[in-house]
Amino acid sequence: MHNLRTGVKLIWLPVIAGLLWVSAAAFVAGRATKQGNAVPATDTIPWPASFGLGKAATPAEIKAWDIDVSPDGRGLPAGQGTAAAGKIVYQTKCAACHGKTGEAEAGVKLLGPALVSDSVFVGRKGNTIGNYWPYASTVFDYVRRAMPYHAPQSLTNNEVYAVTAYLLNANKIIPANAVMNAATLPRVEMPARKYYINDDRKGGPEVK
Amino acid sequence: MEQNHETNNSKPAKLSRRKILGGMAAAGILYIQTSLGKTLKPVLPAKWRKSDTSPNDLITPGPGPSKVGGRSPYERPQRLPSDISSRTPLQDLLSPITPSDLHYERHHGGVPNIDPEKYELLIHGMVDKPMKFTLRDLKRFPAVSRICFLECSGNFRSGKENMTAQEVCGLTSQSEWTGVMLSTLFREVGIKPKADWFLAEGADAAYLTRSIPTSKAWDDAMIVYGQNGEAIRPEQGYPARLLLPGWEGNMNVKWLRRIELSDQPFMTREETSKYTYPVKDKIRQFSFEMDARSIITSPSYPAKVEPGWHEIRGLAWSGRGKVTKVEVTTDAGRTWQVAQLQEPVLSKAHTYFRLLWYWDGSETEIASRVTDETGYTQPTLKQLVDYRGADMGGYHLNPITSWQIKRDGSVLFKPESRK
Repeated sequence: MHNLRTGVKLIWLPVIAGLLWVSAAAFVAGRATKQGNAVPATDTIPWPASFGLGKAATPAEIKAWDIDVSPDGRGLPAGQGTAAAGKIVYQTKCAACHGKTGEAEAGVKLLGPALVSDSVFVGRKGNTIGNYWPYASTVFDYVRRAMPYHAPQSLTNNEVYAVTAYLLNANKIIPANAVMNAATLPRVEMPARKYYINDDRKGGPEVK
Repeated sequence: MEQNHETNNSKPAKLSRRKILGGMAAAGILYIQTSLGKTLKPVLPAKWRKSDTSPNDLITPGPGPSKVGGRSPYERPQRLPSDISSRTPLQDLLSPITPSDLHYERHHGGVPNIDPEKYELLIHGMVDKPMKFTLRDLKRFPAVSRICFLECSGNFRSGKENMTAQEVCGLTSQSEWTGVMLSTLFREVGIKPKADWFLAEGADAAYLTRSIPTSKAWDDAMIVYGQNGEAIRPEQGYPARLLLPGWEGNMNVKWLRRIELSDQPFMTREETSKYTYPVKDKIRQFSFEMDARSIITSPSYPAKVEPGWHEIRGLAWSGRGKVTKVEVTTDAGRTWQVAQLQEPVLSKAHTYFRLLWYWDGSETEIASRVTDETGYTQPTLKQLVDYRGADMGGYHLNPITSWQIKRDGSVLFKPESRK
């Protein structure tokens, strides 16, 4: 340390100051453009344009991992299903935790939550797909990624479409003969959606 | 050590028994080191063989150094587990850092076992260069450490008097986290201008997902692999998790495997049917920040107090910045006194507060309320019910917590009705 210190001659000071100024300017610019070229102003060495770490992900790698579905239908796979087919899937794979029909039963403690009710939000007893869920795409996405609890991702896409159709029909949202697929599922309107509002609190004295 | 030092380098006028023992021990060690294998059993006068702390026991050497230490057998702080979560014993902690093995848990599909050599993080979607990073890659990026709390947004229980601070609000804990700023990785892959949201996905059995505004990445989000100086615990997301300082626990996705940039939120199950709550006749969604909150942890149930001087102690925190003030009442809310804050007061961090209190033996109630740097003051349960309605669910509740002091010195939680 001592050698290093004495080795820094005064002549270098303007250069060091210049480097610091450049890093600070790059930091401010990065923040302003929101594009994340931010370089911490406190770093002693200017950051490279890229650290050269990691590797490019191939389209096949992305496809293998990317299973999410958006409300507009992005991410929905090929395949289809109806409530009738879904009822069989439900009874074999879901009923053990969510009850015979998916409805809450008096005096029965279910392992999983009840999923089925009417679609009336006000005065409901417990949140279900019918009275609380705002998007049908979420039913497909969640069943495909996380259900059944003890064997997630074991259902085929057709089975997921079918059990989604069963649940939407049981909650009186779609008719019994409706076919659920990548085209029809995003068009299903959920009764509870109109109740959703974004939290707009930002701190301050008000209690909301 | 100090004792040996003194004995070796000075001639105290009056030698205490402890000092002589220290000197003998030092001499014994010296002899063993130089005599190569010969053992020496120092013969001490019988009156010196007694332990100070246990007068009936002979002094015998304790266990030597070990590879991994443990707690004193007299200290047994424990989490309080249910099927899906475990709670931090707030009443047993002495300062703001939560020991890693007592950090609260909330799992949606159990704790996965992930081989760090096989771990990969995928970043894709609305980016210039979709990329995969190994754990080694993450650790090579410039690193940052930060102390902050993590709290589950469903962290309020009530209903009976025999409840500990752990039961009432033990789903909050604090660690020093180490990792790479998310902005550093986003800079590496290049984020498209319209990518206002990103999805974070875990590698647990639930493949838990949450949508997060990209602005949080430019602010203070991190991907962390270190917790309190070592690799993060499996229950906290080993080998790497997302950390969103101040934001509700489940968004800090554990066992992070994938980030997808998008122009819209994905409306996952955890941000629609869960972690939302009725407010009046609406459902409030995307409550990110944890509201300012405090709780007295000492004295608290099941402690018993005696008349005389006590120091009231507790925790205060805010997901919106620093704690600026904690007030404590010892007369059931009639008057409030400003408590001492333990420095350093960090942003979005558990902060200890302390207030001296003389208990005269009469029945009373004690409680604390925090104010944060936005000017927000912790509300009463009644204030929350008045605005949100009695059907307000269990998320983002941060009411002032009162403890009843009974005449016999017992300390009981004060459950309050929502109606």
